[in-house]
Amino acid sequence: MDAPKPQFRRVAARAGQPAMLSFDGTTIRATTGDSVLAALLESGALIRRLEFGAEPRAGFCLMGACQDCWVWSAEGGRFRACTTEVADGMVLSAEPQLLGGADG
Amino acid sequence: MADIVIVGAGPAGISAAETLCAKGLKPVLIDEGARAGGQGYRRPADNLALDMNRLMGSEAGKYAALHRRFEALRAKIDYRPRTLVWAIDGNQLHLLQDGRAATLAFDRLLIASGAMDRVAPLPGWTLPGVFTLGGAQVALKDQGCLIGSRVAFLGSSPLLALAAKQYRDMGADIAVIADTTPFAAKAAALPALLRAPRTLLRGISYMGASLRAGTQMLHGVTPVAVEGEVRVEALLLRDAQGRERRFACDAVALGYGLKPETQLADLAQAEFAYDPDFRLHLPKIDGLGRARPGLYLAGDGVRIGGADAAEASGALAAHAILTDLGQPQDIELVRRLARQVERLRAFQRGLARAFAWPAAQIAALPDSVMLCRCENVTIGDVRMAMAKELGPIEVNRVKAMTRCGMGRCQGRVCGPALQEIVAAGRDGASAGRLRGQAPVKPIALAAAGDPA
Repeated sequence: MDAPKPQFRRVAARAGQPAMLSFDGTTIRATTGDSVLAALLESGALIRRLEFGAEPRAGFCLMGACQDCWVWSAEGGRFRACTTEVADGMVLSAEPQLLGGADG
Repeated sequence: MADIVIVGAGPAGISAAETLCAKGLKPVLIDEGARAGGQGYRRPADNLALDMNRLMGSEAGKYAALHRRFEALRAKIDYRPRTLVWAIDGNQLHLLQDGRAATLAFDRLLIASGAMDRVAPLPGWTLPGVFTLGGAQVALKDQGCLIGSRVAFLGSSPLLALAAKQYRDMGADIAVIADTTPFAAKAAALPALLRAPRTLLRGISYMGASLRAGTQMLHGVTPVAVEGEVRVEALLLRDAQGRERRFACDAVALGYGLKPETQLADLAQAEFAYDPDFRLHLPKIDGLGRARPGLYLAGDGVRIGGADAAEASGALAAHAILTDLGQPQDIELVRRLARQVERLRAFQRGLARAFAWPAAQIAALPDSVMLCRCENVTIGDVRMAMAKELGPIEVNRVKAMTRCGMGRCQGRVCGPALQEIVAAGRDGASAGRLRGQAPVKPIALAAAGDPA
């Protein structure tokens, strides 16, 4: 596959302040109120790679139960992408950044 | 005044709070979500241009009424959204609200924790683009997004046809609706389903809508694999006649009915019993929802019954609390609620046969299939551990040996399938019950250590 086709397809517009976030160095445009997961999957990104074997994952239950959509924040720590709203200026990554003081 | 805490602000929790409020009590209503309504009656944020009337269809009136009732109630109760109950010890809840830890003591606890999808694994189910059926609906209701442009619906549930209809109405292509239960089993369950004719008719109308739209609907399928390099490209099945069928798609929604989220009931020391119809271990309750003195369970979090049953069972449990506090009750009203809950739950029992959990298909899955998404444990890993074990083989022992069910989701996703691999064709009860552990969801170590 060439250009990444987004997994999610938006069918209802969201009115609100734009929020710019960065995920693995790529800038992603979202709207306040979007979940991080929706913002990522609408933009063509995948969520994460499994700790064991590096296979791609993109969330599963979308309701905070399966814990399969965790992303890392530059401030250290990680959170569930499906139940976290985007915030302007978020810097996120699929894997912990060694210089970011990761814990979690 | 007794401190009453309700966990879960879906239809059960809301109607329980309403019933208690009407008697002058002020319960605490804790909810993990940002907005009340639970999963089924989930309310999108105000800035999302989503026509909920159209999306909720025949249930739009009930959806709107529940949210109106909640708004009227909100100022009269101690409502705490975005709050996770991560542990329970004695009469104390451990909470996490916006990253801050706290504790909350209670005299009486009503848990209405709701349900999630029960899923059966298949080769390729960890590929990006495979989501739960409930998740497919959450993407739409919460985010205004479809999980893909061409979606296959696989599992065994009347909700497959409902979600497919919602997706089709919103512009998705439906690759196929594939149900693992044979059509004959559905016909055989019909007498039990006549106990709730309105719900039955609704289900039939969803199927009718699929047929009219020309969507392929298959019954009695055997799932073979989700195919794709780095994401979903096709769903491969064997149909009821044994022919291999490949459906091109970019997303798969998986759902084999719902299972109660019972982890908190477990931590609150409810007793459990195996239910052979649902093939699940469920908390024991009396006719009003009492699990033990001071502990009440309501809604889909204790027995799958749907939104109407949840609402009635929430009110019923609130009446049980009031009775136990020595308040006189309207016996006729309580009886009517009890009958309604009983009838709707009996209907779900019928559904559990019409849309059966495919225990035999799961027990026959090949060794290579991933079973535990969190810890990367295959079905073969579990079978190997079982072969090594000399004593009695049950799920907690297998979990200790393989880490299957020990990951972040605490066995919520793999638990039901693990049961069938361990039971290996026997009664599901023989596999034992995965015990709940605190924290029921992952929390930062720093938060758990906070002085309360």
